[in-house]
Amino acid sequence: MDTLLEEIQNPNTLGLLNRPNANALEHEAIYIIREVAAQFEKPVLLFSGGKDSITLVRLAQKAFWPAKIPFPLMHIDTGHNFPETIEFRDKLVEELGVELIVRNVQDSIDEGKVIEETGKYASRNMLQTTTLLDAIEEFKFDACIGGARRDEEKARAKERIFSVRDDFGQWDEKNQRPELFDMLNGEIEIGQNVRVFPISNWTELDVWSYIQKENIEIPSIYFAHPRNIFLRDGLIWSAEDAVVFRAEDEKVEERMVRFRTVGDMSCTAAVESHADTIEKVVSEIRESKISERGARIDDKRSEAAMEKRKQQGYF
Amino acid sequence: MEVLKIATAGSVDDGKSTLIGRLLYDTKSLTDDKLEAIEKTSKQKGYDYLDFSLATDGLIAEREQGITIDVAHIYFSTASKSYIIADTPGHVEYTRNMVTGASTSQAAIILIDARKGVIEQTNRHFFINNLLRVKEVIVAVNKMDLVDFSEEKYNAIKADFEQLMSKRDYADQKITFIPVSALKGDNVVDKSQNTPWYNGETLLEHLEGLDLAAVSNVGTPRFPVQYVIRPKTEEHHDFRGFAGKVYGGELNVGDDVVVLPSMTRSRIKNIYFHDQEYQTAPRRSSVTITLEDEVNVSRGDMLVKTGDLPTIDKQLTATISWMDSDNLTTGGKYVVQHGINKVLAKVDAIEHKIHPDYSGIEENVSSLQMNDIAKVRLKLNKPIFYDRFKDHRTNGSFIILDSRTNNTAGVGFIN
Repeated sequence: MDTLLEEIQNPNTLGLLNRPNANALEHEAIYIIREVAAQFEKPVLLFSGGKDSITLVRLAQKAFWPAKIPFPLMHIDTGHNFPETIEFRDKLVEELGVELIVRNVQDSIDEGKVIEETGKYASRNMLQTTTLLDAIEEFKFDACIGGARRDEEKARAKERIFSVRDDFGQWDEKNQRPELFDMLNGEIEIGQNVRVFPISNWTELDVWSYIQKENIEIPSIYFAHPRNIFLRDGLIWSAEDAVVFRAEDEKVEERMVRFRTVGDMSCTAAVESHADTIEKVVSEIRESKISERGARIDDKRSEAAMEKRKQQGYF
Repeated sequence: MEVLKIATAGSVDDGKSTLIGRLLYDTKSLTDDKLEAIEKTSKQKGYDYLDFSLATDGLIAEREQGITIDVAHIYFSTASKSYIIADTPGHVEYTRNMVTGASTSQAAIILIDARKGVIEQTNRHFFINNLLRVKEVIVAVNKMDLVDFSEEKYNAIKADFEQLMSKRDYADQKITFIPVSALKGDNVVDKSQNTPWYNGETLLEHLEGLDLAAVSNVGTPRFPVQYVIRPKTEEHHDFRGFAGKVYGGELNVGDDVVVLPSMTRSRIKNIYFHDQEYQTAPRRSSVTITLEDEVNVSRGDMLVKTGDLPTIDKQLTATISWMDSDNLTTGGKYVVQHGINKVLAKVDAIEHKIHPDYSGIEENVSSLQMNDIAKVRLKLNKPIFYDRFKDHRTNGSFIILDSRTNNTAGVGFIN
């Protein structure tokens, strides 16, 4: 039996160099996840197959062991996901023995609730919001656990850990509940729901360091691999997937790339990289001079792109 | 090496966001794309310098008006520490936001504009950080470039601030003065050539030197049970674990404990973190505890060490900070959330309002407005298990919920 104190106080045991606090953050996140299970009747964990939601699943597993995770996972599938993430998702769910709910953006399009974007920058990223809000209503979810982090983006830096959304799923950024000490107020009215962000205080490097320490499996596209790509607006776009529109004059070439963030294929750019192991990824992130969302095409739309999406009920 | 949480306090235009931006820039924590955005926007606005406040102001309205509306969290790290800065705005809702930011911080930076010196707002910023018992306060005398880096001016401000310090309640709070120019970078990360008369540390040097164990609040161990884990699987058929976070001090296997409120005695059998067993559950660890005896324990109960009981009572006196636009009134009914425990509460009396600028108290008050601080007596419908705030920052505090709106309407520090 070793001591937990050692891990919390002497993070060198974690083998992390630059951000040695993953452990204190881990205990904070587990506390938050347990509060969700205790305070809400119908919580759900929003699972995208990306590294942040995979980290959440591991934390939830730890929070309730030896019992199973006491809530389902839900994936809002744009239909434009990297095939690797879908494979990964199904395997993980089977291992955990938890329920997986999938709701498809394609259905929202077919039902005429949203209209598919067209043109060079067409993406289903914005359309997810409608599908998500419909699913919340369908299952009467009162709490949705998500993997957003405050270091990701300016509007997210202002986000609470328990973030109340109204009947329309909207975020009222100017009227947020103060969060004091460790106390989380999850009181809501029927129709409202709370978005919960247990890894709010983690940075990108914290997440990667944790994945390394815990030896968590993640989809292969996070590691360097040869891929046919084309360049547009200084970003590297995948040319292997039919859902990404490519003009005839946009030349295809093969490069070693990896994905630093994995959203919908149509809104996620790759980065040039030779980091093909978790160790190399962690040191690459530590040295990086570009922020994580620098490769998110959806954020490039405008300075306030995320804030506007959040007001409409985005994750 | 751990995380240091820092709250900032300053009036509008004291340069808080600029100071934080400067810290990020000089520690090379701003990535190229963020820096590019700052350069571009600064140029668009016609500035001949980089507007570092753009590194923190996030919401559309904030950028339009050049102000900070809501508490923002900023992250950076050096080779020895990780920092989380709560950037709290200095305008109307400042008390509410500052109290919030200070509640999770071990250190605070109070900014003073060197041209204006100690003003009424400074009194408030200091009062709140002292009320919240933030262990480490740094007084950054900013905009030194606009007073020609005058030592005389700096010393006069320091002397004024020391006057304030004599009035404080929490006297062990450590206070450090640093002359800085956030805009020009003097004494923020790099030592300034313009202040040869200042021999102290730069802001970052000071933060780097803080001993985290010393700035943490330690008391006696309290274990509020968050969740009862009963897997009911074949393998763990009889497993009954009490999940929660340890506050104040550590718990060990073999410790004799009392379960509150039933006062049942037992002993700690196992401490689990995930599937591993441990001998010790340190402060702030989220663990699962099993007991030697079959004891009835549910969410909201608390495990404490035998002989180390908190106060168990249905009434209490507390200093509260009111945060809601609806007033608190004598006789008003609310929900008190103490840790994870919720009870109904009635405001028995408002003993007096406390002017957070150190100008005294006001008696015969029947209601409190947003940003008011007051001493109140509360009656509860069920007993809670509390410590005094001065002895236990976690178990000595609570929040007040308005049951009509569900809003967090205030916070209390138990006397």
